Amino acid sequence: MNWLNSIVVLLAAFVAVFLEAVLRGPREFLGAQIDLLPAIVVYASLSSDLVTLSLVAVLGGLWIDALSANPLGVSVLPLFAAGFLIYPRRGLIMRDQFYARFVLGLGASALVPFLTLLLLLSMRRTPLLGWGTLWQWFVMSLGGALLTPICFWLIDALTRALSYLPVAESSFRADREIRRGRN
Amino acid sequence: MLLALVVLNLPHHAASQIKLAIGGLFLPLFGLSKSSQQLARQAGDALTPRAELLRQNQELRRTNQVLQQYAVQADAIFRENDRLRDLLDWQRQSPWKDRLHLASVIARDPANWWQIVQIDLGSRDGMKTDLPVLAPNGELVGRVSAVSLTRSEVMLIGDANCRISARIEKNGETGIIIGGSSTVDHTLVTLSFLSGAGNSKPGQSVVTSGIGVFPGGIRVGQLAEEPHMTEQGFAEVTVKLWADPGALDEVWVLMQ
Repeated sequence: MNWLNSIVVLLAAFVAVFLEAVLRGPREFLGAQIDLLPAIVVYASLSSDLVTLSLVAVLGGLWIDALSANPLGVSVLPLFAAGFLIYPRRGLIMRDQFYARFVLGLGASALVPFLTLLLLLSMRRTPLLGWGTLWQWFVMSLGGALLTPICFWLIDALTRALSYLPVAESSFRADREIRRGRN
Repeated sequence: MLLALVVLNLPHHAASQIKLAIGGLFLPLFGLSKSSQQLARQAGDALTPRAELLRQNQELRRTNQVLQQYAVQADAIFRENDRLRDLLDWQRQSPWKDRLHLASVIARDPANWWQIVQIDLGSRDGMKTDLPVLAPNGELVGRVSAVSLTRSEVMLIGDANCRISARIEKNGETGIIIGGSSTVDHTLVTLSFLSGAGNSKPGQSVVTSGIGVFPGGIRVGQLAEEPHMTEQGFAEVTVKLWADPGALDEVWVLMQ
């Protein structure tokens, strides 16, 4: 298990939650805050192991609920759901393609707030809902989709920067050299 | 998944305590964010080119001579300004001036379906739940909904769970302000459970009624339309808040 990658992914989730709480730009210009956790869950389900995926879903969900009026733990299950829909099919997904990252980010960013709202309503909570919610959902989905490839690039770059570079070995071997000539 | 179900079914008090403890993990980042903004400002000041500084210096010398001539006149204007400031400054005028504590908004709810902000005053500063929170000009923006040692959660008027007793100042009609009437414009709320439409007109001022936990007379907003009767037999009207809850950087907390 690559602990460095897990730590980097969890660190990214922690910083993402912090940024969502302090950045006002998206809310002011787009009318909705973009959730970065679904994008990180997509990364974890394609590039990390099951333990990391579970940790991102649990800790990310608890972190975001701690800074929100959500009941504690309500964001955990939707993040799990998004991750576990992707994880079994990871072998079939071309994770290096921008298009694949975009589409998975779009799906996860749309699914997570939808499931969270369903859970909130089933718990008889009264979130702020109206026609504007559809716009917020659109912004969250599209914003999350666009940020997913960026999350991949950032987390991969950070993991590479903190890891040892693989030693570049030449395939040349002197004892296997073919000598050509008349002798 | 089992863990999530266990956490979701925790008693309210235990869940609140755990939330506050987990939220405490972000405190260093909130501090870091504040100090890095200051550092960036200082760095920006330090990076002004020398030629630009010299040009500004020459310009300032010239301006200084002109200003000296105005100094005598300005002295009188300053005195008048101070007097007007005394008259207009809300905090000094306020009947609660000794109970007002200034707080900075340090975070907003990451979820789009709640209208909640976090402020940098906590129980160690004397914060308690249900204290009224006011905008810099003294208009009501919400109430304290949860308190930890170093920070508090403020539920803004626009939140669907926020209920505040208010009255129309002109005719004394009393009702309940219910948030969540618009997901697009958070300055619009509904004043509901009015006994009748009465002679209320758009533009009339709405203040807290004094019934419940808030003192009366705190400015809330103005009527955006004429009241209309509902099927349940009471009247309701849309109120435009004076303060925009989404644009707050600092707030007053009215302590007990």
